[in-house]
Amino acid sequence: MARTLLERNLAGVQEEMLVMADMVEGAIQRSITALKNRDVELARQLIADDARINRKRYDTEERCIELIATQQPLAGDLRTIVAVLHMNVDLERMGDHAEGIAKIVVMLADEPPLKPYVDLPRMADIASEMLRDAIEAFKRRDADLARSAMNRDDEVDALYDQVYRELLTYMLNDPRTIERATRLLWVAHNLERIADRVTNVCERVAYLVTGKMEELNVSKY
Amino acid sequence: MAMMTDFQFKPPATVLDERAEPARDITCPVSEAEAWEEGMVIRNLSAWYGSFQAIRDVNLLVGPKRVTAVIGPSGCGKSTLIRCLNRMHEVAPKARVAGQVYLRTEDIYGRGVDPVLVRRRVGMVFQKPNPFPTMSVFDNVAAGLRLNSLFSRRSHLADIVEQGLRRAALWDEVKDKLNRPATEPEVILMDEPCSALDPVATLKIEDLMRDLSASYAIVIVTHNMQQAARVADCTAVMMMAEDRAGEMVEFGATSDVFTNPRDKRTEDYITGRFG
Repeated sequence: MARTLLERNLAGVQEEMLVMADMVEGAIQRSITALKNRDVELARQLIADDARINRKRYDTEERCIELIATQQPLAGDLRTIVAVLHMNVDLERMGDHAEGIAKIVVMLADEPPLKPYVDLPRMADIASEMLRDAIEAFKRRDADLARSAMNRDDEVDALYDQVYRELLTYMLNDPRTIERATRLLWVAHNLERIADRVTNVCERVAYLVTGKMEELNVSKY
Repeated sequence: MAMMTDFQFKPPATVLDERAEPARDITCPVSEAEAWEEGMVIRNLSAWYGSFQAIRDVNLLVGPKRVTAVIGPSGCGKSTLIRCLNRMHEVAPKARVAGQVYLRTEDIYGRGVDPVLVRRRVGMVFQKPNPFPTMSVFDNVAAGLRLNSLFSRRSHLADIVEQGLRRAALWDEVKDKLNRPATEPEVILMDEPCSALDPVATLKIEDLMRDLSASYAIVIVTHNMQQAARVADCTAVMMMAEDRAGEMVEFGATSDVFTNPRDKRTEDYITGRFG
């Protein structure tokens, strides 16, 4: 016996979440491109686009609630919906962090560049790779891949430390850099938080696969 | 009669879902000691109707002061199983049982055990009501007590009947469905007690089950999985094998069985993809 309606809707909410994950990953990449290129136009576009991510979140959430109310999902189906609901929130917050970076790009637009960016793009790249792996792990129901993606949070934390020390040095050497350096610190913080959110997604994937609810990686920050 | 101290409850080999990581150990909120001392321990129980084997090698712990639900598709042997728990199965023509059913360490199929006495201790609520048509509601409620001579004075009997009706609290609505035993059993078996009841009456019966579970061990057979999820502390899942004999494929805490079943057949059944 098949549950066509449940299965179709279950596939639907997962598709929606995957679309949202694509949108979020794109936002992370665009935010860092805007920062590197001092591209205010791109940053403004990204800020405007965040509303689409937010809408997507609420649409998916509503569909999940409707499924719970009307289809009484259990076992693997229930875990899938619960995982989607949680991942949905984490993805939306990642989008907010990318938007936060875009806002800083706008703020920094009239200031001379402080330094060439090396570690910040690296942080963004790792966070994006983590997100891609987490989503792949979700698609494949692969708890091992989720765990290995999550472990890369330590790399992001290490880069955050490095950026923090470097920016502190700028500020100590020349107080005129304080404002710019502080804003860049916010960028680093946003990226660090994105990686943390990815670890939440990974935990949800592991829960979905194993049924076990546990905090698998405790972030330094 | 002998207490089987070496008995280890082991669920039968299950077909694990290969997609999954090894599932966490599903813990049953019934300890063996509790089941031995105050509940029921069912061990390698098989039952036949003539040459047809209805259930095979069922192992189950029935904990005291808990609701245990038995779920599974039609014909998987759920009703046969609970009919074996108070020796009602053997009433059917050519019916036969093998294995042990311990009630507080006593094997109810042991030599010299009187099945009538077993049925006093393990009460059954039937799918269909069995009132005595010529007797009043009072007399119907009192019948079990009278038959068992469990009262001394008329006033005492009236108190007990009143208490029974108060416990039911919804006698007017459900008197045709719930023939609550007026005797004081240790275990209450319920075979589809809410089939054909409206949702409100069903929820009231479920409340009653919860109330009764403060005093008794309750075993309920139900087709309604949501009901099992709502009302039961432990859930046992039965499935039919290829030869149509019913087997127990899973037994554990209800929350585990409904969120993270370890057996693929349970998953397929409770998610509505099989059965």
